[in-house]
Amino acid sequence: MSQKYSEDYTLTELMAVSAAREIKDKEIVFAGTGLPMLGSMLAQHTHAPKCVIIFEAGTVDSQLAHLPMSVGDSRAMRLASTAAGLFEIFTTILQAGHVDVGFLSGAQIDAYGNINATSIGDYHRPAVRFTGSGGSGDIACLSKRTVIMARHEKRRLPERVDYVTSPGWIDGPEGRKRSNLDWGGPAAIVTTMGILRFDDKTRRAYLASYHPGLTPEGVRDNTGFELGITGATETERPTTEEIRMLRDVVDPERIFLQ
Amino acid sequence: MPEKFTSLQEAVSMVPDGAHIAFGGFTVQRHPMAFIYELIRQKKRNLHVYGHSPGGDLDILIGAGCVSRIEIAYEADEAFGTIGPRMRRAIERGTIEWEDYSNFGMVLRFSAGALGLPFLPTKTMFGSDLLKREGFPQSSRAGDPKIASAKYHTMECPFTHENLVLVPAIKADFCVLHAQQVGSDGTVRIHGQSFGDVQEALGARTLIVTCEEIVDANQLRAEPERNQIPFFRVHHVVHVPYGAHPSACYKCYDYDPEQLAIYHERAKDDKTFKSYLDEFVHGVKDHKAYLERIGGAKRLDKLTADATLGYNPTLKRRL
Repeated sequence: MSQKYSEDYTLTELMAVSAAREIKDKEIVFAGTGLPMLGSMLAQHTHAPKCVIIFEAGTVDSQLAHLPMSVGDSRAMRLASTAAGLFEIFTTILQAGHVDVGFLSGAQIDAYGNINATSIGDYHRPAVRFTGSGGSGDIACLSKRTVIMARHEKRRLPERVDYVTSPGWIDGPEGRKRSNLDWGGPAAIVTTMGILRFDDKTRRAYLASYHPGLTPEGVRDNTGFELGITGATETERPTTEEIRMLRDVVDPERIFLQ
Repeated sequence: MPEKFTSLQEAVSMVPDGAHIAFGGFTVQRHPMAFIYELIRQKKRNLHVYGHSPGGDLDILIGAGCVSRIEIAYEADEAFGTIGPRMRRAIERGTIEWEDYSNFGMVLRFSAGALGLPFLPTKTMFGSDLLKREGFPQSSRAGDPKIASAKYHTMECPFTHENLVLVPAIKADFCVLHAQQVGSDGTVRIHGQSFGDVQEALGARTLIVTCEEIVDANQLRAEPERNQIPFFRVHHVVHVPYGAHPSACYKCYDYDPEQLAIYHERAKDDKTFKSYLDEFVHGVKDHKAYLERIGGAKRLDKLTADATLGYNPTLKRRL
């Protein structure tokens, strides 16, 4: 029998595998472009064959044969249960409380998991402008939990983001309730250096695991906010089966895998 | 009503400078690109554009100087290129005014317009700067009666006492969609995801639909449950094959990775962007000439959708 864990994988593959592991079987998953697509399609092909992938442009439970390059991609139509538009997805599925896990990303993520996908600097005179919310703000408000994907750099992980496009825990344990958000909140930030989770009491992010080859101190030194590292362990490596599935089945065209 | 059917030039000429306008599609799918190019050729100015997730349609229109204000949630060609270089520059330079909502917020605004209501309530956007920060200066809201008097309001639900966000209706002067099929009476059939097209269309004062194919009305009326927009709501129809290129049109053709790559490369810089416009918009007299300019059948055949899948599974997507 071949070895369980792979020796040969890239950082993108490790992140995709980590994202997939956040999905449980039969969960309703709201996925965005890029790594979340890799992760959710991988989950569908491995431990969570009955997870339901929702794309905000209109499809429910796509059976993906080719990776979409957009959440509105024609590829998302394949063997979907239903296909309509944004209105149906956002109202009867997301706002009605049916999404178990939503995937998000952004240019800046802060200690409470608030996301900036809008702009850096003064909102009216931005130094850099990004895409804007799209469905990100909605998914952050109305999913039962969210998983955030991010590049781990000091400037991308500040104490406070310049603009809250998508609310996380806002400013602590009471933040969401005070803001009229009755449920939800971020569960994890999967970064290029590790996996961050949130303290149940303070709702601040801490380092749960660091990727193989890194040290917890090294990850902390590359974080813009004060990051607790006590108890952090090494991130579970991708299995040979997960890597094979990613390369041969999920993304043989190398759309997102380099 | 044969006068419903018109030419692209004529349909575009009905749009005055300063019009409030919404376009169908989503990021790299089913945008009325032929109409967008013709708006640029006819040098429209000061358009106020509404969208949820536009892509290259809005970016090229901004770059060509046709737009003064936008109300959107997102702008990108997704995995083909993140935020459009022209929109990014226009915002960073302050040459357009913008208002940010979420996709849910924008689609509800279109829905309110379609339902004949002044606003709709929602639970989204709470806790975000989408609510706390206003983009438009008060002078703009006060100066144009077509702009909503406020970005949003909140209210306590009179039944449950929970707090809700109220988003204002959009009643655009024009909505322009690109659909796969329109019947000879004007009935519209969209295949695949409808994005926000139906809500945008039904909320607008004038609806213009460009399409791949015009078919006998009874062909569509034989299965009315598959049609989205009744004929009497459609004011003008234009037959434009490949009218969404380089965005995708489900069941007809895929997105065009080559053209999207050329666009994103040239749109980075003012000079090379101008050369893109000169070559692919101003330098061609109509959409037929545009399709020849990008390579004609040789290029377009590569995009042809598989009849079952609705896209081309063998398309080379990473160049």
